[in-house]
Amino acid sequence: MGSSIMDSLFQRSLEDLIKGIRLNLLTEPTFISKSTDDIRREIKSTDLHTKSVALQKLTYLSALYGLDMSWAAFHVVELMSSSAFAHKKIAYLAAAHSFHAATDVSLLTTHQFRKDLNSANPFEVSLALHCFSIIATPHLARELTPEIFTLLSSSKPSIGKKAVAVILRVFSQYPDAARVCFKRLVENLESSDPHTLSAAMGVFCELAVKDPKSYLPLAPEFYRILVDSRNNWVLIKAVKIFGKLAPLEPRLAMRVVEPICEYMRKTGAKSLMFECVRTVVTSLAEYESAVKLAVVKIRELLVDDDSNLKYLGLQALTVVAPKHLWAVLENKEVVIKSLSDADPNIKLESLRILMVMVSERNVAEISRVLVNYAIKSDPEFCNEILGSILSACSRNVYEIIEDFDWYVSLLGEMSRIPHCQKGEEIEHQLIDIGMRVKDARLQLVRVGRDLLIDPALLGNPFLHRILSAAAWVSGEYVEFSKNPFELMEALLQPRISLLPPSIRAVYVQSAFKVLIFCLHSYLFYRETIACSPSSPDNFVSESKCPGSDSAIVAADCQQDEVFNPRASNQSFEDASTEDVEDITVTHAQIPNSASLGKDGFTHESIGNLLNLIEVALGPLSGSREVEIQERARNVLGLIELIKQELPGLVKKEGNFEREGLKFPKIIELMHDAFSKELGPVAANAQERVPIPDGLILRENLGDLEMICGNDQLPTSSSFSFGIPHSKEKVGLPQSKGESSEASTESTSLLAEHRKLHGLYYLPSEKNDVSNDYPPANDPKLQDNLNDDAKDLVKLTEQSLLQKKKPNHAKPRPVVVKLDEGDEAPIAAKKLELKEDLLSGAVRDVLLGNEAVSTSQSNLTDKSSSKRRGKEKLNTDHPSGPKEVLGDVGNPNMGNPSSRRSKHHGHGKERRHRSPRKKEKEREENGQKDKQKSSHRHNRHKSRQRAEGPNNVVTQTPLIPDFLL
Amino acid sequence: MIRAVIVMNTQGKPRLTKFYDYMPPEKQQELIRRVFGVLCSRAENVSNFVEADSVFGPDTRLVYKHYATLYFVFVFDSSENELAMLDLIQVLVETLDKCFKNVCELDIVFNYSKLHTILDEIIFGGQVLETSSAEVMKAVEEISRLETASNTITLVPKSISGWRS
Repeated sequence: MGSSIMDSLFQRSLEDLIKGIRLNLLTEPTFISKSTDDIRREIKSTDLHTKSVALQKLTYLSALYGLDMSWAAFHVVELMSSSAFAHKKIAYLAAAHSFHAATDVSLLTTHQFRKDLNSANPFEVSLALHCFSIIATPHLARELTPEIFTLLSSSKPSIGKKAVAVILRVFSQYPDAARVCFKRLVENLESSDPHTLSAAMGVFCELAVKDPKSYLPLAPEFYRILVDSRNNWVLIKAVKIFGKLAPLEPRLAMRVVEPICEYMRKTGAKSLMFECVRTVVTSLAEYESAVKLAVVKIRELLVDDDSNLKYLGLQALTVVAPKHLWAVLENKEVVIKSLSDADPNIKLESLRILMVMVSERNVAEISRVLVNYAIKSDPEFCNEILGSILSACSRNVYEIIEDFDWYVSLLGEMSRIPHCQKGEEIEHQLIDIGMRVKDARLQLVRVGRDLLIDPALLGNPFLHRILSAAAWVSGEYVEFSKNPFELMEALLQPRISLLPPSIRAVYVQSAFKVLIFCLHSYLFYRETIACSPSSPDNFVSESKCPGSDSAIVAADCQQDEVFNPRASNQSFEDASTEDVEDITVTHAQIPNSASLGKDGFTHESIGNLLNLIEVALGPLSGSREVEIQERARNVLGLIELIKQELPGLVKKEGNFEREGLKFPKIIELMHDAFSKELGPVAANAQERVPIPDGLILRENLGDLEMICGNDQLPTSSSFSFGIPHSKEKVGLPQSKGESSEASTESTSLLAEHRKLHGLYYLPSEKNDVSNDYPPANDPKLQDNLNDDAKDLVKLTEQSLLQKKKPNHAKPRPVVVKLDEGDEAPIAAKKLELKEDLLSGAVRDVLLGNEAVSTSQSNLTDKSSSKRRGKEKLNTDHPSGPKEVLGDVGNPNMGNPSSRRSKHHGHGKERRHRSPRKKEKEREENGQKDKQKSSHRHNRHKSRQRAEGPNNVVTQTPLIPDFLL
Repeated sequence: MIRAVIVMNTQGKPRLTKFYDYMPPEKQQELIRRVFGVLCSRAENVSNFVEADSVFGPDTRLVYKHYATLYFVFVFDSSENELAMLDLIQVLVETLDKCFKNVCELDIVFNYSKLHTILDEIIFGGQVLETSSAEVMKAVEEISRLETASNTITLVPKSISGWRS
């Protein structure tokens, strides 16, 4: 007891605490924990003043310093019941800050809330309402609905508006409250007090956003407010509400478009003007003249000096763009200039608009300019740009891409932008395109090679995923490679030790594929080509254009799948010569300096290749990463076998003598396995696999995860199901002149690298792999941003106005699409039960269902209403699904209201909102006496019964009179 | 509705926080830190909106204003108008200015509970209820009178305490 007096006398006030914290800046945590100890002691005091100060300090510390105060919940409840206003205020603030659904003592506040809501002091009522609006639980909302109902028609505006606003929380916690309170809430739309009206519109706006359909019958009320009100806050809400209602009811849209345009023209408030603009472009977009006016207003916003208005203008433009491209065209200069605005919001928004404009006609140009912007931008915006290009281009299985060679090269270029952090996405797309678009594979392999061969790229961790994809593509489609030896060197270069293990595993596997390809080509095709009757064409191709050899090999590979060389050697030879002719035509003009020579697969070169692999992979066979170790050992094992048998392989009259040798057979098997094509996998493929009997999937696999955690393969494609190769010739895409240039450049890079590290083929030491390479691609800073802007203006002008598709030199290649489920299935939207209950209740009230009267008339009898509420909650559950508005016309569609109405004898009142009727209701509702209100409902009921038969006939008009 | 109101200084120290949906204190602190992280990286004279989806979840926007050493931050959803929210910050600051005569950060530091009284008059459960600073002042003065009255009453025996009678 003594300590309690001491506490009260020497207690620090909140101000002392704040001063203390400011004085003890350096030892703040200690000071706060010491103060918390004080508070813990003081809060137990029997003196309410001491308790209140302690609680006030605690709330302060909790709100601003994140201190936990859940332990003090009971003290909060205690202090709530103090009769002193100051204490109550502190307690309610503390409750609003710290109570939540799981605070069990909130049950104890029911009585106190009831008392304070009924208080004669409006400020006490207001405190309680404030707290209630934040912490009301379903229990509290149910218990206190009668009090809120009474307060809804309070004569004091300061209470009335708060009672209206609190409804939102009550409805969200206890939807059945709508059966009691909804009509009074609607009456507040006609309140003479502007604050109450404003609050009511605020509530309806929130409700309509969640479930617009239920509030359609109130459209006449809202319309009246839209036309009559002079308060901008109210008008904004009204416009917002119509933005939600108009799309549901075309006649309503027709009606409101004029007043909304009127406000847009005349209002001086930018906020209201912008709201009208937004509503027109989102919900009334089919009204041409309204949209035109909105675009004029958007233009005003765009040229405003205020960056806020400019930002919002751009946002509105993004919304208009998909349907009205002309709106963007009219403002394109502003949009493009905004791309280099100082404000990141504005930059981002203009980027979005540009991406909306992208189509197959202009994707190449827009991407080009954007990539140039990206090179010069700060890292964040750079990645925004890259991200939007990637997502726009891959949208709907690369819908807008006509020229995949171009796109694949773009992906390669994007990878080399220094700030690029989109590795994962680029990786995915490279592999995805490889699997889906056969015609893009040649270019993919080229791009992949250029990436792999550049040692500088290995130093950038953001690129590792891309390199993984490049390695996979090069291995999988090695038959398109001009120079498999060079590829092998790139895959095995010492700097790959910079890569994470999972990606090195992909490298090793790709090297394996390349090896098999080389051996297979060496064993089975060189000799056939060599002894095939050398036609003049063939001769030309071999002498003039040695590069085409690899292409021949590629074609041969494909041939291999058509004809088994062992079974029908003859026909194979014929076909291959034909192929050679074809290829010569396409390749004859192109000099390919960096490609494989005529004698690419010689005994010697194969021997070198084997040595190279052995030296590079040798150390990896001891790797601690199991995935690398295993793959490396597989390769090494094969090489060992080959090396034993290779000397036995002798050339005999152009053909190999390979009796008694095992490895050619192995190579052939491996080659067959690797040339089985991998296809894209539907996202829901796994779901369609039936679960075998006895397989328990729900067991805890925690320990397994720990074991397998490390060897997740980066390439998901490794797990895809093999799609049997469709037996057709791969059309060889045209190659471009500049590609050879690029390849010589990177070859020289590699050569330089070799010079630098003399011991290229030896395993590297750790110091050897330091990141001493210059960035792959220095941004060209001298370029002027404005030039780019001009370029873009020009090109959009061309490409957007151009109505005709430009003739492409070649048709769009086939893109493999799966019939279903290319995208992950969108999880079925879960209906929110409470919202459903609420809209059910609201509809019941609006359609004049008798359920209202039953629960309302029971207001005085609390226990029964409580029980009823519970019952209703239960019965409403199964009938969850939201019905379409039209269904309301059909009373037997199984919605809660109709079901209940059956019990009550078809008491549906349809022509509910006719003005005459409304007046009557208002009269009736004006009487605040509860008993009278129940009496009113008796009258109500009887009238409904009288009108019953008529209702059956007049079914449709839900928004009567007003619209028709 | 308005989801949260945060006043913090330019060092990221919160001075007033009000969340209209329950949020555990640690979570509140984390959100405040993230908001500060975004705000302090923004230059002067750029637009006052920030995309808040990544911080506060889908369908949220954030508008802020920078006065002297303080940031005033409102977080809200699509039921509110962005420019109206900007005006509302202005209303709040004007009211504070009238209340404290040339408001500065220290006023806000030391008048924590009065700040809540003012804010509660303007925003109720996430809904805007009052936009006239004169009206807000009137209500706040009356509440302060009640508070001091009830505080002095508690010093005398409880049986007498009594405007309620």
